[in-house]
Amino acid sequence: MWAELKKGAAVAVWFMFLTLPIMVVKVNPIEQTVVWRWANLVWLGAAVFVLTVVGRYCSRHRTELSAFWPDAHPLLAHPQLKRFLLIVLALLATLFPLFFSSYQINIMTTALMYAVLGLGLNIVVGLAGLLDLGYVAFYAVGAYSYALLNYHFGLGFWAALPIGGLLAAIFGVLLGFPVLRLRGDYLAIVTLGFGEIIRLILENWNDFSFGPSGIAGIPRPGLFGLTLSVDDAIMYIYYLVLLLGLITIFVVNRLRDSRIGRAWIALREDEIACQAMGIDKTKTKLTAFALGASWAGMVGVLFAAKTTFVNPASFTFLESAIILSIVVLGGMGSTVGVVIGALVFILLPEYLRAFADYRMLLFGAIMVGVMVFRPQGIIGNPRRRSYPLPMAAADQEVGHE
Amino acid sequence: MSEVRPLLEVRGLSMAFGGLRALHDLDLEVSCGEIVALIGPNGAGKTTFFNCLTGVYAPSAGDILLNRPDGKALRLNGLLPNQITKHGLARTFQNIRLFSEMTVLENVMIGCHCRHRAGILGAILRGPATRAEEAAIIDKSYTILQHLRIAQYANDVAKSLPYGVQRTLEIARALATEPVLLLLDEPAAGLNPTETSELDALILQIRERYRLAILLIEHDMKLVMSLSDRIYVVDYGERIAQGTPAEIRNNPAVIKAYLGEDDA
Repeated sequence: MWAELKKGAAVAVWFMFLTLPIMVVKVNPIEQTVVWRWANLVWLGAAVFVLTVVGRYCSRHRTELSAFWPDAHPLLAHPQLKRFLLIVLALLATLFPLFFSSYQINIMTTALMYAVLGLGLNIVVGLAGLLDLGYVAFYAVGAYSYALLNYHFGLGFWAALPIGGLLAAIFGVLLGFPVLRLRGDYLAIVTLGFGEIIRLILENWNDFSFGPSGIAGIPRPGLFGLTLSVDDAIMYIYYLVLLLGLITIFVVNRLRDSRIGRAWIALREDEIACQAMGIDKTKTKLTAFALGASWAGMVGVLFAAKTTFVNPASFTFLESAIILSIVVLGGMGSTVGVVIGALVFILLPEYLRAFADYRMLLFGAIMVGVMVFRPQGIIGNPRRRSYPLPMAAADQEVGHE
Repeated sequence: MSEVRPLLEVRGLSMAFGGLRALHDLDLEVSCGEIVALIGPNGAGKTTFFNCLTGVYAPSAGDILLNRPDGKALRLNGLLPNQITKHGLARTFQNIRLFSEMTVLENVMIGCHCRHRAGILGAILRGPATRAEEAAIIDKSYTILQHLRIAQYANDVAKSLPYGVQRTLEIARALATEPVLLLLDEPAAGLNPTETSELDALILQIRERYRLAILLIEHDMKLVMSLSDRIYVVDYGERIAQGTPAEIRNNPAVIKAYLGEDDA
């Protein structure tokens, strides 16, 4: 303990020395005087000392601390408790828009959209293990396919939704082909480039996409020809996104627990062994890219309908990074984790607005904290699937050999 | 044709990596139901040979012909690893390559992948056909685990297994692809004498039960001599001898390759 305090003190003194010029010395050029703000130094030293000691204590007791975190599985193992929680959750989600303001509904809609994006990317990154840094490209494809189809052909939201998903899937395959041989860092770089290419095309090909000024006046989704007020439309879109989210969870879970899902995970674990087991690497990778991308495409269409305006600025690399962070923070490969990750990631900065200037700083600190203490994500180790074993007659046969 | 063609016929197989000649003009045959061993000093090109057979490398020259017991004959050169597995060649790896985060049962289920066909729509809708197929896969995988006596580990994660069980699981996974020829790359590497003798018995049982031929690379001479019907010896990528275990044991070229020139 004494050694810890000494270490903390040393770090604090070193920090005080390093930050002396900026934190203490203040030159007033008009009056040509130097102001010495020693109080700053004391505060800084104290803060660094406390943070160092606490931080070192936490990281030394990392395993004990992370044991306090109930993993989803033991908690939800009880089927009745699980059903009860799901019903409460469903009620909360359904009734939410009736009790909260449009602003609250709007940020919740955004969070749910990111949850769907995260679940889509989770297929590519979490299950198939293909690090994709250009995922936002498919989101852009979806959004622009609705915007352009509506602008040129007057296509409605409901027609554009499947088309957006399909087009994004096609782009997923287009990206998939050249990167079939790549893995890891190399794949990440190529996908990063792909994402930028799509954005740059949208930004510069004026005749096609109207450049940086974007496309405005995209109609909101229709409801049997009814005209909705803005508030009602926000609520309507919330329910649409909620529905899409539920469908996504259902489909992604089923895919994960299927023959194809197993092939994805095997591909992630060991590509060479995977091929040696008779799995077509090309087909498996391309299905992962296409299925992952199609969700981004559909969310893209919803995004265009929600904001009624698209321009390339919405599809920067930062978006890809956010979606990827949601997947990593939530727990790669875990559906519940990704949904929680999306809610935390999108809602937290909104609710941290109370802290004004320190908002992003706090947000960053929380993220660093999660990654230090939960490197496997909020819901880690999602795959512990045990199958009910067939107690075949062969059991005895072998036993008595 | 009256003459029975061997299951696997390798003729004049060569593999060069740039200037490096890893394999040169290698011939090899494996008949149905045979256990054939491929031995040779370290770096002789044995694993390269396996990699050529299983499509990891495309050989520079030569033919790899497979005459399946059902009468289908094909040339395997230039096919992809997964196609070759589908045609009935399955392999294990010298340095274990299990899907370490998956359970034992899932590892074997992956092996069944190429014999089934449930697609995306099937996975999402999960109709009766898909469910029946999934149940069949689990059944088949579990039966293989029982045959190899590792069924008690079925729901354990592969990376948590003892080393010997991991080796056995590699074989189980390969068997799930329903091979006609099983290629074992140093199955006894790292096993203790007891485990090795268990492996010996296991390999013989596998041959009986699954009616397949086995080609193995191995350094453990005791295992090789007791298991093999025939042995091929390679050194510097060339075949230096072939024959029954008794013939190989007394072959001067083999002794020279293993022990060096000095015949004092």
